[in-house]
Amino acid sequence: MSAYIIRRLLYAIPILIGVNLITFVLFFVVNSPDDMARMQLGDKRVTAEAIQAWKADHGYDRPLLYNAQAEGTDKLTDTIFFEKSLKLFAFDFGTSDSGRDIGYDIRQRMWPSLAIALPVLLVGLAINISYALMIVFFRATYIDVGSVVLLVAMMSISGLFYIIGGQFLVGKLFHLVPISGYDTGLDAFKFLILPVIVGVVGGIGTGTRLYRTFFLEEANRDYVRTARAKGLRERIVLFRHVLKNALIPILTGVVAVLPLLFMGALITESFFGIPGLGSYTIDAINRQDFAIVRAMVFLGSVLYILGLILTDISYTMVDPRVRLS
Amino acid sequence: MAKVTRTPLRSGAAGLRQIAIAMLAAAAALLVAGCGAPPWNNPYPESQAGGNILYGAFTERPKHLDPVRSYSSNEYAFIAQIYEPPLQYHLLKRPYTLVPLTAAAVPEPTYLDADGNPLPADADPERIAVSEYLVRIRPGIRYQPHPAFARDADGGYLYHNLPPGRIAGLNKLSDLPETDTRELTAADYVYQIKRLAVPWLHSPIAGLMGEHILGFEAFSNRIRDVAPEPVDGERPFFDLREHDFPGAEVVDRYSYKVRIDGRYPQFVYWLAMPFFAPMPWEAEALTGQPGMAANNMTLDWYPVGTGPFMLTENNPNLRMVLARNPNFHGETYPTTGMPGDREAGLLDDAGLPLPFIDRAVYSLEKESIPYWNKFLQGYYDTSGISSDAFDQAVKFDAAGEAGLTADMRAKGIGLSTAVQTSVWYMGFNMEDDIVGGDSERARLLRQAISIAVDFGEFISIFANGRGVQGQGPLPPGIFGHRDGETGINPYVFDWAHGRAQRKSIAEARALLAQAGYRDGRDPQTGRPLSIYYEAMDAGPDGKARLNWMRKQFAKLGIELIVRATDYNRFQEKMREGTGQVFMWGWNADYPDPENFFFLLYGPNRKIDGGENAANYSNPRLDRLFERMKNMPDGPERQAVIDEMTEIVRHDAPWSFGFYPESFSLHHQWVGNVKPNLMANNTLKYISLESGVRETQRTAWNPPVLWPLGAVLVVLAAGALPAIMIARRRERSAAL
Repeated sequence: MSAYIIRRLLYAIPILIGVNLITFVLFFVVNSPDDMARMQLGDKRVTAEAIQAWKADHGYDRPLLYNAQAEGTDKLTDTIFFEKSLKLFAFDFGTSDSGRDIGYDIRQRMWPSLAIALPVLLVGLAINISYALMIVFFRATYIDVGSVVLLVAMMSISGLFYIIGGQFLVGKLFHLVPISGYDTGLDAFKFLILPVIVGVVGGIGTGTRLYRTFFLEEANRDYVRTARAKGLRERIVLFRHVLKNALIPILTGVVAVLPLLFMGALITESFFGIPGLGSYTIDAINRQDFAIVRAMVFLGSVLYILGLILTDISYTMVDPRVRLS
Repeated sequence: MAKVTRTPLRSGAAGLRQIAIAMLAAAAALLVAGCGAPPWNNPYPESQAGGNILYGAFTERPKHLDPVRSYSSNEYAFIAQIYEPPLQYHLLKRPYTLVPLTAAAVPEPTYLDADGNPLPADADPERIAVSEYLVRIRPGIRYQPHPAFARDADGGYLYHNLPPGRIAGLNKLSDLPETDTRELTAADYVYQIKRLAVPWLHSPIAGLMGEHILGFEAFSNRIRDVAPEPVDGERPFFDLREHDFPGAEVVDRYSYKVRIDGRYPQFVYWLAMPFFAPMPWEAEALTGQPGMAANNMTLDWYPVGTGPFMLTENNPNLRMVLARNPNFHGETYPTTGMPGDREAGLLDDAGLPLPFIDRAVYSLEKESIPYWNKFLQGYYDTSGISSDAFDQAVKFDAAGEAGLTADMRAKGIGLSTAVQTSVWYMGFNMEDDIVGGDSERARLLRQAISIAVDFGEFISIFANGRGVQGQGPLPPGIFGHRDGETGINPYVFDWAHGRAQRKSIAEARALLAQAGYRDGRDPQTGRPLSIYYEAMDAGPDGKARLNWMRKQFAKLGIELIVRATDYNRFQEKMREGTGQVFMWGWNADYPDPENFFFLLYGPNRKIDGGENAANYSNPRLDRLFERMKNMPDGPERQAVIDEMTEIVRHDAPWSFGFYPESFSLHHQWVGNVKPNLMANNTLKYISLESGVRETQRTAWNPPVLWPLGAVLVVLAAGALPAIMIARRRERSAAL
């Protein structure tokens, strides 16, 4: 398995270079270094000399990808892309274009993101699995049909609606929790209730439908029929056999998203005023802060690759038949 | 077999049940602990209850807090309460009036000829080589407590020579626990003016000041040559005190001189902006140590000033907190105002020491819906009005006067309105072959379009009526602006029934026909005239505005082709002069007509690097501008402004769109609210009745618990038949 993991990690290098290159090209198609300088210096009264000086100070006065004026390897290395990308692979994110230490900001802001994402994942998982099992238990009854209709309806509603509706009902009409905001330590609890509820409710439609499919697939297998044939009660069949076997795709799916929990939720964080990494990324895009955008995309890619590797490893752990080679 | 299978299941289920009960109990305990006493939706800690604290919000994190770089209103909202330039705007007087802040008096310039001889105040501007401003500051003003001033027992600075290991462990300013203060001196102002010239600080006004402050560019170049190079991306502390600068010099401990190249009467307004606030060298010495910037310990993050407040929490992703500066110098509330101010209660606190509040807590609120709802719940003391909430808050009476709705009045909310010192205009690129140039054809075309594009309708549809139609480049509140019949643009409006009425489309069509475009058709092609409109709102929100604009041109039979793009590309087109028609705005830096007419000054054309986006150039207007900008306010200056206004109305390089109007709301417990669009340091005047706020918050936010019960009942009602079916199945035969 070690050889497999090392090989997967090596595969990751060209993927990360590619992602970095695409991010770079996409960003600079929309924003030029001059635009970035103007964003930092302001709209009013900014001279061409000031823009040039800002670019020189921040290393944006080089060619973007290819330096025709340079000699030898400098043609590729004396460029914005090379200068700005190299340190990423050592996880040195450097400073943002406004002068902040990106690594420090990421370390600060990942906790609020996790504070929402983790409870949403765990509570959501518990509710979705329970509800899906219940539907399977009552399959082919009005409960099954009614639930599927309800779930499809819930899937069809925009996530934004859950957020605004939740804020309106729970925060504005019922005055039960703050509409938005955040705090540190235990004081954060009252701010997390509503986004977690919204996150869980918003995910019930998709999650339960998916798990119902997993459970139904298992429920029709031969070993389940055998279990029933030998007289086991349906409850036991479901909880002991079906759940256990259906957990394999569920767990591997969960493992894949675990690393990405750090990256935060863009809209949720924005509406609830949570200072997480999702809003950090959105702010950086709005402020044309390439250093942060680049760092966050890189980090997201690394975590995604990590998630996929963890998924493969988790397969071997939950299913002895799977071997990594 | 059955026993074997059931027993572990039962014990497992029992265990699960116990865990679930424990989790529910823990959740309930956390819920109770987290919510505390009602109101439960209070986003602030209970410890702040009844505190003399103003609660506000900001929608965008400030980019810079260093006064040398900061140049936007969302940044000034914070640093103007901390940094004190020598002058400020009077809170109540209109037109906007400069008064001393830390200065003893508003400085009057002394004019010198090329040989350094003094000239009289009314000297010919051509003879004036240098204008000298002597600024005297009041003694006894002290800085906020700050580690940069802390000294050890030997009198040395405690934190100016920190070992690298100590610096590496610093994350915030409070990691340096010792603080001290010192008296404000004239040298601090001179130090800051020198900082404006420091190339690596990238002051946005460095270019402008380079044109005016004596020796500014040479000083900037000298610094660039002698300053040490950055080490690991950080510039070591560079002591500007050791470098003389003819443009700003210390005279004595409490006075300094600023020398202006030639004459620049508007310079005095800059002395009321944070760019010219004092900066203690000790702060730069502290933050200039290697490793400080890498740990975010910069002046851009930790401001240090003499103002009424100091920044005690800077977390722009969540909250910014200003607390009363214990060393503040005892300024008092104004004792004079305008007619009506006393009746409005704006002079009730006359003569009382400032500031009135102990703290101001600003929370990041990016979305307008939660911001508005929290204002209505009493958790924000003031609020703007978003378009979504406008109808809920404001209604217009038959006379068109804005007032509050019954709901707002019932809550005791107050409304403040003020026409902003800003102008939104539709510009014609005067370099363009069709709409530009000084030909009669192009001028008539521009005038016809100016009539057709109905900005009254625009204000009504897209700004909820918050604006005044433009009649010239100067908005109300700026010297030179005229109201009433004498103030209308006669090329676009008629005066009828006591108000300005836009000329009819028939008149616009007639002008168009005179221009050679009968029915809006290009005589060369016979097809409708096509005009390109450069738009900066490419998003879905802008679609309605762009459709509206197309319809305005269609009234004349002109086909408007919209080229919507992002703001970066829009600016690029303006700089390159490749646009044809566009809309843009300008917000005044200071309340002087020069700050608007320079947007139409020929040498300031955008294609030449200036701010004249229409690239308009009229030698007669340029001559008048050069004269007007050096004149004191008075009838003579008004006459020149009238002449200039007539020229730009006639030439029509702009269709004067509208002057936006700001609407803001405040709760009944907030006092001394009078919109001042020039002053940024108005937090010190705000008063609060926190007891009233507490009462109202409790009354407005009682927890409504029945929905929780309803949810439980629904779940139970849903579960009951399910349980019954489950039991029936369990008892039934196998499938």
